[in-house]
Order: sequence, then C-alpha cells, then structure tokens
Amino acid sequence: MLGILASIIDGVLVGLVYGLAAMGLTLIWGVMDVINLTHGAMIVAGMMGLYLLASSLGVSPYLTLPPVLIGGFFVGVALYWIAIHRMVGRPPLMSLLSTFAVNLVVIGVGTAVWGTALFNVEVALPGASIGRYTFPGAHILAAVLAAVIAAALYVFLHNTRIGKAVRAVANNREAAELVGIPTTRLLAISVGLGVALAGVSGMLIGTLFPFTVLSGDGYQLKSFVVTVLGGFGNPVGALLGGMALGLLEGLVTPFVPVSWTLVIEFALFVLVLIAFPGGIFASRRGAL
Amino acid sequence: MKRLCLLAAAATLFAAPAFAQDNTITVGFTESQTGPLNVDSLGQSRGYQFWRDEVNAAGGIKAGGKSYKVKFVSYDDQSVGGRVQQLYTRLIVQDKADFLFSPYSSGLTAPATVISEQYSKIMIDSGGAEEKPFELGNKYLFMVLTSATHYLSGAVEALKAKDPHGKIAVVYSDDPFSKVVLAAAAQQAKDAGLEVVMNESYAPSTTDFGPIVNKIVSSNADAFMGGGHYSDGATLARQMYDQKANMKWVSILVAPADDKFGELGRAAMGVTVPSQWEVQVSYKPQFGPTTPEFAKAFQDKFHVPADYHAASGYTAGAVLQHAIEQANSIDPEKVTAALNAMDVTTFYGHIKFAADPGHHGLQEAHQMVLAQWQNVNGKLGRQVVWPEVAKSADLLYPIPSATQ
Repeated sequence: MLGILASIIDGVLVGLVYGLAAMGLTLIWGVMDVINLTHGAMIVAGMMGLYLLASSLGVSPYLTLPPVLIGGFFVGVALYWIAIHRMVGRPPLMSLLSTFAVNLVVIGVGTAVWGTALFNVEVALPGASIGRYTFPGAHILAAVLAAVIAAALYVFLHNTRIGKAVRAVANNREAAELVGIPTTRLLAISVGLGVALAGVSGMLIGTLFPFTVLSGDGYQLKSFVVTVLGGFGNPVGALLGGMALGLLEGLVTPFVPVSWTLVIEFALFVLVLIAFPGGIFASRRGAL
Repeated sequence: MKRLCLLAAAATLFAAPAFAQDNTITVGFTESQTGPLNVDSLGQSRGYQFWRDEVNAAGGIKAGGKSYKVKFVSYDDQSVGGRVQQLYTRLIVQDKADFLFSPYSSGLTAPATVISEQYSKIMIDSGGAEEKPFELGNKYLFMVLTSATHYLSGAVEALKAKDPHGKIAVVYSDDPFSKVVLAAAAQQAKDAGLEVVMNESYAPSTTDFGPIVNKIVSSNADAFMGGGHYSDGATLARQMYDQKANMKWVSILVAPADDKFGELGRAAMGVTVPSQWEVQVSYKPQFGPTTPEFAKAFQDKFHVPADYHAASGYTAGAVLQHAIEQANSIDPEKVTAALNAMDVTTFYGHIKFAADPGHHGLQEAHQMVLAQWQNVNGKLGRQVVWPEVAKSADLLYPIPSATQ
C-alpha cells in the first residue's frame, strides 16, 4: 500500500515538470495554432544549458534556471522569425514541417558536437521518505519550481499588460490589431515564452535524470499527451494534465506488468480524444 | 593511328580500376553515426579503422603472393533497422564489397545478415550478440562476441558465490537483445538456486523509472539485473541510487561499459556490467597486439580509452585478416573454410566458431568478464572482478550505496 502511495506521489512530482514542458507547447498552439515540433530539441537545449553552465562554472544546478529561461526566450523569438512568422495563418502542415526542419537541424548539430553520449548532473539534496520509499530532493524541488513558474506564467498572462495582450491575440487576432496591439511582436513574444518554458522544463528534467542529445523525443511525446489531456491552448490545463499523467503512471505501474504502462497510457489518450476532443480541462476556444 | 590511340585510352580506362581492385580488399559495413546507437557504434567503428590503418601501414594483407590493401566503404544507418538491408545491398552490388562487417546491435545485425547470406558474402559480426541469426543455417556469418545467452552467466555465478539466497529483480528493456540476455539470466539464476522475485520488461522509450524502482523496492529484491542499451541503463542506475533502493548487487547491460557512465558519480559506484573485453584482461595472443599494446596505441590514436566495442571491432578485422592469410587467398569459399577451422587466441580472448549447422558461426570459445565500477586511487573506473582467475580487483559486495 505504501508502495502505491509512494508511486503516486512521485508520479505527481515528475508530472508537474511534464506539465511545465507541455505549457510551452500549448501556449504557442493557443496563441497562433502552430504545433511547435522543435519542442523536444528545446527541452534538450535546456538540459545542455544546465550541463554546460553547471559543469563549466561549477555553480549549483538551480542557479542555471535564470540564464536558461532568458536564453530560451531569445532563442524562441529567433525561432519565430526563422520558422514560424511566415507560416502563421497557413495550413497547420506548413508550420509542422518548418518547425520539424529546425528540429532536425538542431538535433543534427547537437549530435555532431556532442554525439549521443551521456550527460549527468549530480544533485545532492536531502529527500523525504515514507517507509522504505524515498522521494529524491531533486524531484521535490523540481516540482515546486515547476509549480512556481506555472503560477508566475498565470499571473503574467492575467495581470500584466503584455500578458493580457497575448490573450487578446489568442482570442481574436484581427480584433486585437484593430485596437492597436502589435500582434506580430506579441506572437514572437509568445513563441519566446513557449520555448523558455520548454528550456526550463528541460533544465529541471536534467536535474532528475541523465540525458543525451536525443532525449527530447520522449519528452516531446509526453508533452503532446499532456496537452491533449489538459486541453489544447490551455496552459493551466497542461499543468493539471501533467499531474494526471504522472498520477496515472504511478497508479498503474504497481498493478500491471511495467511494459503495459505505455499501452494503458495511450489507450486512455485515445479515449480522451474520443470523449473530450478538446481535452479534459479544455477551456473556451482561444481563452488561453 | 587515331583509332589505335582511342583503343589504348579505352583500355587504360578499363584496366585502371581492375588493377586497383587486384590489390585492394573492399570491406563494407554500416555504422550508426546518428541516432541512439551512436556511442557504442562509434567505438566499434574506431576498432575497424584502427585495424585497417594498422594493416595498411604494415603493407596490407598477404595472400597468394600478393599484398592487399584494405579499403572501407561505409554508410550511416541512422540506428534504424529499416535502412540496413538497403545499405548492405548497395555495399555488395554497387560498391563491390569483398567482405562485410556487421553494424552495431542485434537489432541491426539480424536484417543485415539476410542480405549478406543472399549474396554469399562473409560477414564478421562484432556488434550483434543475439543468437537467432545463427540458428537459421547461415553459412557465411561469423560472430566474435560471446552470445547474448551467456552475457550474465558470470554475474549469476558471482552473485551466488556471495549470497546463495539472493533475491533478484530482473527488469529489462523490451528489445530483442535484452530479452534474450535476461530470459537466459533469469533461468540461470533459478537453476543456481537464487530467487527471481520480479521479472518484467519496460518499453525502450521509458524516461522515468521512478514507479518501476518503487516496484523493485516492494518486491523485496536485494539484487538487480537488467537494463537495455544506453540511456535507460544509466537512468535506472541513477534512479535506484536516488531513491535509495539499497540493492546489494546491480548488474546493468551495456551502459556501464562506456566510460561516460562514470558521469553518474556515486550512482555508478558498485554497478557491474558484463563485458566482452576490458583493458585488464591478459590473454597471450598467437598473433596481433597484446592488450597493453592495443590499449596504448588506441589511446594514442583516438585520445579516448579503448572499450569492448572497440576491441570487438578490431578483432573482427584481425580475424578476417588471419583467415585470409591462412587460406592464402581472398576466394570467399577458401576464407570461409579457414574461418570454420579457426581456433586461435588474440588479445581479445579465445576465438572459435561453431561448426554444426544448427549454430554455424556462433562464437563458442570466447568468454566474457564481469567489470565493476569502483573507486581506484580516488577515481571511478571499471575493474574486472569475475571470473576469479581474470580479476584485477576484489568484488565489492554489498555495493557501498547499500550500506550507507
């Protein structure tokens, strides 16, 4: 019984980080209906940022959060101008292909520079225990940071002028332009925010698990599942979706052979798509 | 006169490649320059290259009164099985490869062997340890590696010697190689009187092993055997350490055989890995370099330590060379006969291929060692701990993290 409880708690902790990653994906979708297929590559970029900064400067891994966040934002803005700007408003396949192309370039360059060798960042934080089961300190802190960043994003979107403008663009781009909102600049900011979230979630995941240049694909897939669970274009829903996915993984694993976990996860994914095409926590379309 | 000149020019054009071919042996293979198998494949490719450069520097392979220089033709298979058959067909038909080396991993080698056999080309396998391709009546396939079913035999023996009542959790990646290795290990453990308290596979794409580690803890296991290829094995080791699973014994496939595994720091300590070869082994070679000579020359050339993938790759070349020299010909049938009759010891160990049609080409003499990550002079590194006769350090049992 304790084992099940431990698995659920651990699942929710890691799920919060998945949720943060998915927020980046869903934010971009919510604002401009673009599925960002560089998402996995940006998660890896966050991991590499963590590794390079923490190992070269010898600082605490958590001090790399601000530079990864800021760097991610500027990379995102650049990504917007390179791969997304001309694709906004066109058929979704166009932006899928252009972001996928950038993804291939980033992963290709990463493989050429670092190979697919293993990187690991050691984190020495005291954890918590229930009986024989331990929750590593890094998992707890990553979950707390993910929740804080998600809350900060919520406050930003609802209580700041730029945040409100982003939501206005998401609701109705033409109307936003009519009232004088510089929509192109806001689209670039939204991609910047989305990529910054992907980078930071990568940085947090890098404190939990070892990684390689190719690790992004798995987390990108998880982000899609979480986005569907949470509702397209709904950042808060994404965070809840992440927790739901983590909870599900924790709940299922003790009862079935481990190899069935993914089968059950994706079966549920299909069921959710059928029952709630907009996601379980779907908000009004474009409400962000 | 003009016509004569044209004829002469045409003759030169045709004669030139024929002449080059006469003194060159083309060896074809694919390597995983990209994709998840990149790290291990790179080691194997370096082994191939090292052998080729050494042979060519020494004047080539001598057979039938001639010296043949070795030329490689290789392509990136992107770690994808679907690419392999197409590329090996190209190597044989278009690039006219005389002999073939295997790609890295069982998953890629199996499809490649279909093509090599179809064209009756000799393939030396130093990347795929799964036995299945050797049970299909293949005639030109030869494996220098110890096969998958024996990968963890040493680990089971060593664990039994330390704890005859050990309780093992067997958790492995759901891929052909890992399934074969761990199915055999679980059976060997049961036969040895050890208890297998958990026996499950996970999807190769698994990223978080947290719930799985909790399940291992719930199973009351005190020993762990499993893993798969690279990221998953390293993640498992790290999460078992982080979640204080307190295993007294941890054996993980493949990942700990790479030096980068040491990045895990304290989580790497005490982890054992079955290895085809380590720099500490000391076989007396009948030909070719000794282990210290190989290790030093490899380090000097590539500026990285040699691992077992590199040693296996080099051995594939050395074995092919020896067979050609013994056959005194590059005729495929004669070289095949020489490989069938081969019974030699190199720095890599004893090499002999099974001759019975049911397992033809399977390695039957080479033995694996068990290496363990230990702290030596304040630095983490692998030490050979099993078998007793080959050990370079005593086995740490229980591993230090279990007693903290």
